[in-house]
Amino acid sequence: MQREKILEVKDLVTKFYTLDGVVHAVNGVSFDLEPGETLAIVGESGSGKSVTMMSILGLIPSPPGKVEQGQALLRNGNGQQDLLQMSPGQLRDVRGGQIGFVFQDPISSLNPVLVIGEQIAETLTKHLAISREEARKRTIKLLAHVGIPDPELRYKNYPHQFSGGMRQRVMIAIAIACEPEIVIADEPTTALDVTIQAQIVELFNHLQAEMGMAIIWITHDLGVVAGLADRVLVMYGGRVAEIGSVDDLYERPQHPYTMGLLGALPRLDTRESKRLVSITGNPPDLLIPLQHCPFAWRCEYVFDRCWEEVPQLYPAGLKQRAACFYDIERGRPRHE
Amino acid sequence: MATRDITADSLLDVERSFGDRLVYMGRFLWRDKGGLIGLVMFLTVVFAAIFSPTIAPYDPLEQNLRDSKIPPAWQEEGSWDHPFGTDNLGRDIFSRIIYGARVSLTVGFFGVLIAGGLGLVFGAIAGYMGGRVDESIMSVVNLVLSLPYLLFVVVIAAILGRSLINVILIFGITDSPIFARVTRGEVLRLRQSGFVESAVSAGATWPRIIFDHILPNLIGPLITLATFEMSRMIFYEAGLGFLGLSVPPTVPSWGNMLAAGRKYLTSAPWIATFPGLAIMFTSLGMNLLGDWLRDVLDPRLRRARK
Amino acid sequence: MQRYFLTKFLQSILLLFGVLLLVFFMVRLTGDPAALMMSREASPEQLEAFREAMGFNRPLYVQFADFLSGAVVGDFGDSLHFKTPALPLVLERLPATLQLAAVGLLMAMVIGIPLGLIGGFNPGSAIDSIGRTLALLGQSIPNFWLALIMILFFAVRLGWFPSFGRDQWHSVVMPAFVLGLPVMGQLVRLTRSAVLEIRSEDFIRTAYSKGLEPRIIYAKHVLRNVAIPLVSVTGVQFGYMLGGSIYIEAIFAWPGMGQLLEQAIGWRDFQLVMAIAIFTSVIVLILNLLTDLAYAVIDPRIRYGH
Repeated sequence: MQREKILEVKDLVTKFYTLDGVVHAVNGVSFDLEPGETLAIVGESGSGKSVTMMSILGLIPSPPGKVEQGQALLRNGNGQQDLLQMSPGQLRDVRGGQIGFVFQDPISSLNPVLVIGEQIAETLTKHLAISREEARKRTIKLLAHVGIPDPELRYKNYPHQFSGGMRQRVMIAIAIACEPEIVIADEPTTALDVTIQAQIVELFNHLQAEMGMAIIWITHDLGVVAGLADRVLVMYGGRVAEIGSVDDLYERPQHPYTMGLLGALPRLDTRESKRLVSITGNPPDLLIPLQHCPFAWRCEYVFDRCWEEVPQLYPAGLKQRAACFYDIERGRPRHE
Repeated sequence: MATRDITADSLLDVERSFGDRLVYMGRFLWRDKGGLIGLVMFLTVVFAAIFSPTIAPYDPLEQNLRDSKIPPAWQEEGSWDHPFGTDNLGRDIFSRIIYGARVSLTVGFFGVLIAGGLGLVFGAIAGYMGGRVDESIMSVVNLVLSLPYLLFVVVIAAILGRSLINVILIFGITDSPIFARVTRGEVLRLRQSGFVESAVSAGATWPRIIFDHILPNLIGPLITLATFEMSRMIFYEAGLGFLGLSVPPTVPSWGNMLAAGRKYLTSAPWIATFPGLAIMFTSLGMNLLGDWLRDVLDPRLRRARK
Repeated sequence: MQRYFLTKFLQSILLLFGVLLLVFFMVRLTGDPAALMMSREASPEQLEAFREAMGFNRPLYVQFADFLSGAVVGDFGDSLHFKTPALPLVLERLPATLQLAAVGLLMAMVIGIPLGLIGGFNPGSAIDSIGRTLALLGQSIPNFWLALIMILFFAVRLGWFPSFGRDQWHSVVMPAFVLGLPVMGQLVRLTRSAVLEIRSEDFIRTAYSKGLEPRIIYAKHVLRNVAIPLVSVTGVQFGYMLGGSIYIEAIFAWPGMGQLLEQAIGWRDFQLVMAIAIFTSVIVLILNLLTDLAYAVIDPRIRYGH
């Protein structure tokens, strides 16, 4: 039996109206999330991965951005509710309450003039009906929980008094403070040292095992994904390129872009010395509305249909879905 | 690409062609009518200054004591012979305003030229060489910038005496620190961005680096600054004139006119009113132009001035 | 943070030394300070006698040492006009100028900051436009001219305010307003741009992601960060007002240091001029130091170091 999905995103479209023209950042993205699973969203800069998640929660700066269409169905007490149709007040309850966020750059993502303890406690006082003193106590416990030593003392410190890794732990504490069902982590380890990265990933795994939340992990780094994710969603040009379980994807990628990404990854498990394959060409120009497959320019399997229509997600490979007109498994264009 | 970086590109992105940039500027000028208005106002003043002899109906120095203190044309005793009226010595105010533009623009233009030139050189040296040189230059810069500017300009002007050259020199020298600071800031920013290093490692020679990489990035902020500073200098020149410390009293300058007007404020208020309006017109135009320049040349640049 | 204070303090001392050096040489710019200080009709014998009496014939370094040792104890020589020590004359004018600048700053803050805040939170709204127009006008209108116009209108024609002097309680209103107008413009702009800039910072996005109410985000997260540059600029502007009050005081016959300066220049009493210049600079330096200290206290990044 299918577990009920905690989040379902359908046909999301987001555009930015700028002086240079309209940027088509998200061009029809659909996916879903199951409770407790870890979904990695992978893509290069400009693929729309961050914008997608921000759009869902109304965190897009609006001008110039606008969520033009789509649904983001969140499961809660009353069944399902569309985040994109919620009132501002309802949305505020969801943010920080049911859905927590961890951002990329902890030094700029924390308010420099407030003590970090306060920055955590304010989430608690907002979403839970508790006193400030109670919030303070819980914050100290949270700090300990995420691995910050001397939490009582550190409560009163300012962000600049912490190291990068410690700051990220603070951000994580903020995100999980109200025991959300979903945590969205937008490139949380990108700005950190490799050793610290490992620690943070470890912390996430640990917290997830304990609290059971679903995690959406946005990254451009496929290496991090392997140790973390249950399923992977690959984005390109504002569209989903491929989606499937992490094993399926790594073993038999079905989209030429995914293949390119994996080919560009240094791997320890192959005997032969393979040259790192880099994908030639440039990222798509998002100022042009999408009229064909965004990957067509760089694709080695490209043929005429690719230039005429935008591919939908087709079942492919083992159990994945790929937005490609070429059936890589069978070595020929798809018929359907 | 973070969501908030999806905005207009810098005009100075070296990959854009010159033609592209002109078109971009043109579009921007039209959208932001303030800039257009400012440009028109500024050009009006420039026009008046250049073509003064043609436009002004009278010789600005010509005194005619019988016709003194005639009010402007639209008042009872006025006439269209003297649209803005005459002053206490019978000189036509309209003509004096037109000629006054010459003094103001000359002071502004050459003042900024000197200030910009000095500032550019010292700022670039300080920014590029760093260390002791940077420290000594910047300590002088900081000294001048932390002083009550107006006070010292007035005192120095009082000491040196009234002449156009003195005024230009005073403004040019005392205003160079702000140009130096801005230049230094830009140069430091370029150094830190690794821009220069990669150019050097790519084998670029010195003059090349300066002309192709450093200067284009400097022009934007400096031109914007120059526009604002020129407006300030016109202000200050008027102020000095008002105190009787600017150009000699015979020269028609807006400041001198204000000084004269002060004495006759109640009996002939128009003598003081029009030069002030002229200054305001010029200043407004230049501030609008400067604002527009600042927006178009780099919308994301943080303000370097305090 | 102690180190910060100490550094700033030492820098101030250095700046002070620079100021003394500057003032010392300013008076000797034309080569003959005696000719500067005496009236134009003085005979060569009178000039020579004057030089002897003032010690201008001694070697420069001796003069400077003398000057310096006098300055540190507050002895700036005697006023040539009043024949009494210069500094006390300046000191007795200080309260009036302080009052003028303080009231002016207050007016500027009370009007400017709220307009800037509203403008930053609602860019493009009607109030924003009003604020920005005010800022533009405040920087484009020559305030000494505005003073004249306001006197003409509000004092002479309407009789609401006295046109000069400091006698009545409301005498301070017009001069303070005019003095504060450019500062008002600055504050509107600065506040507005600070608000806009901070609103686009990442940590504000984090605040939104926590689901906090906009009210709280504005008050707790945005405003506290806006306060930092605001404090800095306000302090500096106050310094500029103190040092730049000469025009306003002259026009309104306000008995402060600025009026004394204008008079002293008229009397060619450069001893007094120097005293005013030094004293004003000292005050401005002290103010800058205080502002730096305030800045350190408000910004935890400086208070608790890295």
